[in-house]
Amino acid sequence: MNIILTSIDYILNQSRANSLWPLTFATSCCGIEMMQTVASNNDIARFGSEVFRGSPRQADLLICAGTITHKMAPVLLRLYEQMAEPKYVIAMGACTCGGGMFAETSYSVIKGIDKIIPVDIYLPMCPPKPESLIDAIRKLQKEIGKESVLKRKEFLNKHTQRLTESCGMLTDEINVTKLGVL
Amino acid sequence: MNYLYFLYIEFLAKHNIPQLFGDITFYVIPCCIIFAALLIVVLALVLFERKLLGWFTQRKGPNRVGFWGLLQTLADAFKLLCKENITPKGADRFLFNLAPIIIFVPVMVALGLIPYSSEFTFMNFQTNLLIFIVIGAMPVLSILLAGWASNNKYSLFGAMRSVSQILAYELPIAFVILSVAVLASSLNLSQITLAQSSAKGIFGWFGIPCFIGFVIMFICVIAELNRCPFDLPEAESELICGYNTEYSGMRFAIFYLSEYALLFANALLLAVLFLGGYLSPFGKYLSPMIFPPEIGSILVYFEQAFWLFAKSFLIIFVIIWIRATLPRLAAFDLLKFSWACLLPLSILNLFLMVILKYLTGGGYV
Repeated sequence: MNIILTSIDYILNQSRANSLWPLTFATSCCGIEMMQTVASNNDIARFGSEVFRGSPRQADLLICAGTITHKMAPVLLRLYEQMAEPKYVIAMGACTCGGGMFAETSYSVIKGIDKIIPVDIYLPMCPPKPESLIDAIRKLQKEIGKESVLKRKEFLNKHTQRLTESCGMLTDEINVTKLGVL
Repeated sequence: MNYLYFLYIEFLAKHNIPQLFGDITFYVIPCCIIFAALLIVVLALVLFERKLLGWFTQRKGPNRVGFWGLLQTLADAFKLLCKENITPKGADRFLFNLAPIIIFVPVMVALGLIPYSSEFTFMNFQTNLLIFIVIGAMPVLSILLAGWASNNKYSLFGAMRSVSQILAYELPIAFVILSVAVLASSLNLSQITLAQSSAKGIFGWFGIPCFIGFVIMFICVIAELNRCPFDLPEAESELICGYNTEYSGMRFAIFYLSEYALLFANALLLAVLFLGGYLSPFGKYLSPMIFPPEIGSILVYFEQAFWLFAKSFLIIFVIIWIRATLPRLAAFDLLKFSWACLLPLSILNLFLMVILKYLTGGGYV
């Protein structure tokens, strides 16, 4: 039984880790670095994640590139909820990790997006270089490699519970059907 | 096909299996072959496109999964297979699920109509070409269904754009195909291929006398497939993802793959109509010259299939090249281009071909 489970885990994790399709989502200057990562010098396509999807339904990875203000926060949460499981988040830039240079003086910036959505990888710099974004993606791929189908389910249950607690209104609007392995 | 049929029946008779079994399975086997080949070709095409797009923009393209990135699309397919399926609350559940199911059917039928080699057409009707054109325009039905059932304004916009595009570009295709039918005096794809065979090799193909038609049809095929520079139905900067905005997981994968399957089918049709189908570009086949006659006579069929695939992949290469080069057209320019430019040109082309046919005395050689 364990052999079957681990082999399924291996195949699933490998395929998930190697085709992380990011969502086209950039709120400020970190977005420019993200574009640079896709372009020819730092080719993100080598790791299979150059397929930027416009629709959150088809994306796996939310690279939150840039400052999130209080007005943007509900939008970010909504986008995250619209993404289909399994989904991962990279908090790119100092602003998304903990407010950055807006942490003490600004009235409008959220001090860290982990107050709204769960974050897998933090990438603090202002702004991070393309190399560091690629490094973050590689680290996320390693994290995905350690995942297990059963543990993912646990994580999912805990996570949806937390989401419904903090924003029950939004989750009610989306009707979710679960098919396939998950 | 008859030749293969007798071979198959003979093989079964040797092993004491009744002929009835052979009669039934003979038509099931091609379907399985088409399905398996289609899946492989489509997965290969996705990688082909991503690699080529990488090279055109001086990148490396996917190269980490498997040797040289060969397993990249397999990883994508697995991931999409196991991803969550979301049905939006406002969507029409039945139609929403039906749309991705029916999009693959016309492609499968269309692939059965192509003559892969002189003995190998799965469905050989007298009016193959006509059926292909009718079937080839059907996926737009499922695109419209998807756009309507999603209950999303962007999906609906994308679907509507796709329908208007197909309406505009189907007409020039019809005229071009008429001109090819005039040249070959037939609507059967195998006979159209045979009509292009001559000792002149490349110069006997219909792409030479009917060059205007070839260019027109090439442009129309790109437009029908919703590819750049005519990718208005999926314009990412305007419509998020077009008609498949609300689709996720496997249903989206089916849309994504069917696009490539259609691309492959249309490239095959272009190769058959204008580039001589399964004919060798050298005027005669190479395998009987290289191999001893008893092997060579069988290998000829594979060589014919090889030439057809090589030609269609050349066409696909050019289509991807165009995608990497050109920006997107505006919606009105797109329709104007078809109605005001391509349609008159295709009618002119038809007249030219009729005159050519008349002057060469009934048979263009």
